[in-house]
Amino acid sequence: MDSGPPAGLREGGSSPQAAGGGRGDFAVETRALNLWYGDFQALYDVDLEVRRGIITSLIGPSGCGKTTLLRTCNRIIERLGYVRTTGSVYVHGHDIFGDDIELVQVRKRIGMVFQRPNPLPISIRDNVLFGFKLHEARLRSVSGAEEDEVLESALRQVLLWDAAKDRLDRPATGLSLEEQQKLCIARLLPVKPEVLLMDEPCSALDPAGTEAVEEMIWGLRGDYTILIVTHNMAQARRASDECAFMLLGRIVEHGRTEELFLAPRRSETSDYIEGRYG
Amino acid sequence: MFAATPLNRRSHRTQSLAKAVFFLMTVALVVPVLVIVGTLAVKGGPAISWEFLFTPPRDFMTAGGILPALVGTVWLVVVALLASVPVGVAAALYLSEYAPDNLLTRTINLAIINLAGVPSIVHALFGVGAFVLFFGIGASILAASLTLAVMTLPVVIVATRESLQAVPHAFREACWNMGATRWQTIRKVVLPNSVSGILTGVILEVSRTAGETAPIMFTGAAAFVAFLPESVFDQTMAMSYHLYYIATQATDVPERTTYGVALVLIAIVLLMNAVSIGFRVYLRGQKKW
Repeated sequence: MDSGPPAGLREGGSSPQAAGGGRGDFAVETRALNLWYGDFQALYDVDLEVRRGIITSLIGPSGCGKTTLLRTCNRIIERLGYVRTTGSVYVHGHDIFGDDIELVQVRKRIGMVFQRPNPLPISIRDNVLFGFKLHEARLRSVSGAEEDEVLESALRQVLLWDAAKDRLDRPATGLSLEEQQKLCIARLLPVKPEVLLMDEPCSALDPAGTEAVEEMIWGLRGDYTILIVTHNMAQARRASDECAFMLLGRIVEHGRTEELFLAPRRSETSDYIEGRYG
Repeated sequence: MFAATPLNRRSHRTQSLAKAVFFLMTVALVVPVLVIVGTLAVKGGPAISWEFLFTPPRDFMTAGGILPALVGTVWLVVVALLASVPVGVAAALYLSEYAPDNLLTRTINLAIINLAGVPSIVHALFGVGAFVLFFGIGASILAASLTLAVMTLPVVIVATRESLQAVPHAFREACWNMGATRWQTIRKVVLPNSVSGILTGVILEVSRTAGETAPIMFTGAAAFVAFLPESVFDQTMAMSYHLYYIATQATDVPERTTYGVALVLIAIVLLMNAVSIGFRVYLRGQKKW
């Protein structure tokens, strides 16, 4: 693991730019990002450019750093305490590791969805309005009608309105897993995030639920930039515009999804998508 | 083909023996409780009356009731709670939700465990030295309650920390990822979901506080005070100390009075435990996860 892949490997990734990048053309742009958990280095010089308004999937074998990279993009990884990073992450051109960065704003504008749906043990309505009340309703007075509007709009965007409209005040934990995951996405939307990070959002769902959530995520495309980690290559293939393949903490290859799957440029990529390891 | 071998039979005999031993141990545990409660009920039951509960003692404790001791115990418990719950809950919140895992935190945890292991008589002497003499409060309800509060602080901290940590981590992550600060997370999600455990700890603390004798005997409890306490700077009678006094110091106290006091004391403690258990069952039923 320490010897690392050959020096030429990184060429397969997005073209590295001079340090101090962050042109703002991309929703997320990492520059020479290294990350250590204590003494273990989990990310090596990651340069990733995520285009705005599309779905980019991150694939790779377990332990390759996909989730680590995702969690670095809203700096939630720092909660672990023993994490050290070098390099930069630009979101819409702003370095989120910069000096004058407010973490609350970072996490508001870059929402995250987890493997297991984690609705809060409160009503559906309160779940959806949780972030909204935290960020908006404390700045100005918000009428009940506006809250209802925000609630309906968020639930409609995740295709949950029809199923949930008659039980908005019931506990969110009573929903099915599929509905819970939709709710977890819905509650990010009222604060108008730029980027949605999703960490294997369908891995706890059955095939029908997976299909429904994939369809819903596809519907959010355009309005939000979505970066999604998945173990499911079929999912990456059918539900993303671009795909990045990671191995041992590095981006090996990044390109349009159909090109990456049909004509991978690197042998590591073709080995992985043909199932020779993983 | 399926007949028992000698080895099988020997295993079964060992297993039956083990079961019998464990059952006997369990019975041995229950017997003292039944004997204590039974003896108290039989010998002390006749002493219980409205007069016993609601009048002060008369004739050098040999007649009359226990009202000042009952009221005094309530004062001691309430003041001790007011002192220990805010401190204990705040400390537990810090240790559970904020403190990094470093040498200082581990040292604090060790100190809490050690504080729980300090004998109550040592707490009593500490209370005399610190509250009665050094801070000059004098022997009073305040000094006695502060001593009880210090003694029961580890119970509150440990119970609170455990119920905080029983709240699934996913809830915190969900909040943090929506840009909530730690405090917003605590107030909106962690505390509402751990309050049942915290209250259970508090009620257990109450029952322990009500029964302790050593920590109050030098710091604020008196053998006989004819009036009811009017402020925290008064001395007071207390149930536990009253029992100790009439059982060992006073002469010619009728046996049934002594048993009666013990019965009332144990009834208070059992009642509080029952409330605690009922409350926990109720709140657990409310939980949806």
